Amino acid sequence: MNAVVTNNLTKYYGKARGIVDVSLTVKEGDFFGFIGPNGAGKSTTIRTLLGLIAPTGGSAEIFGKDIRKHRTELLADIGYLPSETMFYSGMRVKDVLRLSARLRGTDCSEEAGKLCERLELDTSRKIEELSLGNRKKAGIVCALQHRPKLYILDEPTSGLDPLMQREFYCLLKERNEDGATVFLSSHVLSEVQRYCKHAAVIREGRLLACDSVEKLGHTGAKRVTLRGVAAAPELEHIRDVKVSAEGVSFLYGGKADRLIKALSALPITDITIAEPDLEEIFMHYYAKEDGGNDGI
Amino acid sequence: MTVFKHELRQGRSALIIWTAAISFMLGICIVIYPEMSTQMGDISAMFADMGSFSQAFGMDRINFGEFLGFFGVECGNVLGLGGAFFAALLGISALAKEEKEHTAEFLLTHPVSRTRVITEKLCAVIAQIVILNLAVIAVTALSVLIIGEEADIKTLAMLFSAFFLMQLEVAAVTFGISAFLRRGSLGIGLGLAAVFYFMNIVANLIDETKFLKYITPFGYTESADIIADGALNGGYLAVGMALAAIGVILAFWKYGRKDIS
Repeated sequence: MNAVVTNNLTKYYGKARGIVDVSLTVKEGDFFGFIGPNGAGKSTTIRTLLGLIAPTGGSAEIFGKDIRKHRTELLADIGYLPSETMFYSGMRVKDVLRLSARLRGTDCSEEAGKLCERLELDTSRKIEELSLGNRKKAGIVCALQHRPKLYILDEPTSGLDPLMQREFYCLLKERNEDGATVFLSSHVLSEVQRYCKHAAVIREGRLLACDSVEKLGHTGAKRVTLRGVAAAPELEHIRDVKVSAEGVSFLYGGKADRLIKALSALPITDITIAEPDLEEIFMHYYAKEDGGNDGI
Repeated sequence: MTVFKHELRQGRSALIIWTAAISFMLGICIVIYPEMSTQMGDISAMFADMGSFSQAFGMDRINFGEFLGFFGVECGNVLGLGGAFFAALLGISALAKEEKEHTAEFLLTHPVSRTRVITEKLCAVIAQIVILNLAVIAVTALSVLIIGEEADIKTLAMLFSAFFLMQLEVAAVTFGISAFLRRGSLGIGLGLAAVFYFMNIVANLIDETKFLKYITPFGYTESADIIADGALNGGYLAVGMALAAIGVILAFWKYGRKDIS
C-alpha cells in the first residue's frame, strides 16, 4: 500500500509559484527524503499534504484516502514536525505535550516521558525559555509521542546538535523498523543519503527526480580538485571545470582507472576526490533536464 | 472541549484584569452616588443643561437625579465602552492570533476539524463575555445593596441584557473579521469598537444621522431609551443580531477554507 501519493499536485499563491505538477509516491514503510534548496517547494508540498493550504490543482492521497475529504481522520495517523516549531507562549513543555495529546484524544504521557529522556528535554521549562534546539525537541516529542503510522517532518534536524541529530535518526529508524513510514524534507544531502531509502529532488517547485537514494546519490560523478596543475586532464566525461590560481576542479563521471592514469602523468601537489555536494547534484539534474550531453 | 479549555486558560489573565477594572469602576460610581445626589440636589438639571454634551450621552432625556438615570449613563460609559473593547479584543484575536504566533501549524495539524476549532473558539469568546458580565452584575448588585438604593430590577436587567448583547455583537463581528486577518491586528478590533461608540454619539447629536443607530450596537444600549421605553429598540437589536450572525457565518466560511501561513 502507498502511504503518500500526489498526482500533479500544484499550488500557486496568487501568481507566485509554490509547486507545479508534483507527482510522487511513497510506499508504506518507506524512509523517504525530500531534498531541495530553500524555497524549492518542500514546505508547500508538506503543508498541502497536511491540509494547511489547499492545492490549486491536482490531488493527493494518504493511505489511499483523499487528503481534503478525510483530513481530520488522516491527521490522527500523522505526526508532523514543522520546520519552525512554535508553541503557545507562557506554557511549560509538559503542558504543551499534554495539550497535543488531548487534542488527539489520547494519553501518551508514558511515551512522552521516554522520548523526553532520550532527547534530554526538561519538561518543566517554559516554552519561551527554550533554545531553538530545545524547542525543536519539544516539537519532535509532539510529533512522535502518539506513535503515528506516518511521520511528516519538515527539516527536522535544523537546530539540533550532531549528537541529538543521531539520536533523533535512531528514533526514526526504530519507528520505521516497526512499520511506520517516514517522510522528511531536508537540504542536507548527507543525512538523506545516510538514512533514507528513497528520495525525491525538488527545485523551483518542480520534481526533478524521484528514485532510490543509491541511484540518486550515485550520479557517478565525483568532484575532483587538483593542485599544482592549471588545466583539467584531457578526458571524456569531464564537466563544470573551474580553474583557479591554485589549481583546477571538475566533475568527473567516467571510469576511475582512466582518471587515475590520466592524473599520474601530471605534477599534482594535492588532490581530493569527493562526492559532489548538493548544489552539484542539482546541477546534474538540471543538465539532465536540459538534455545534457556530457554522459554523466 | 480541549480547544475551548485551552482558550480560556490562555485568556485567563486578560479576563481577570478587564473584569476587575470594569467592576471596580462601576462599583466606585455606584458607591459615590449617594454623596453626589445629596450634595447636588438639582444635579439632574445641571447635567441635562449642558447642550450638545448632554445630548451626545442621552443625558437630556434622562433623570440624573434618579439612581437608574445616573446608573444608566455611568453604566453606558464604563460597561459599554469597557465591555465593547474587551469583546473586540477577544473577537479580533480569536482566530488571527494562531497565525500571528505561528501556532496555527501546531493546532491545525492535530485531528481536530477546522469547524470544531472555530466553534470552540467562538464558545470560549462567548464564555469569557458571560463571565465578565456575571461578575459585573454581581458587583453592581453588591454596591447597590451597600448604598441601600432601590432600583427597578426589571430595568436593570434590561440594561445589562442590552450591554451583554452589544458585547456579543461586537465580538461576533470582530470574530468574523479575525478569520480574514493574518497578523491579528488588535488595532482593527479596538478601532471598530471606538467607531461604533462614536457613531452612536453622532447619531444622538445630529438627527439626520439617526440611521447610524441601526449600524452601531450602541444604538440599542442607549440607557435613556431603555429607561423611557422599558424595552430595547427591536429594530436596532434585530439589525445588530443579524450583523452578529453574518460575522459568525463569515468566520466559518472563510476560516474553513483559508490557507494557513
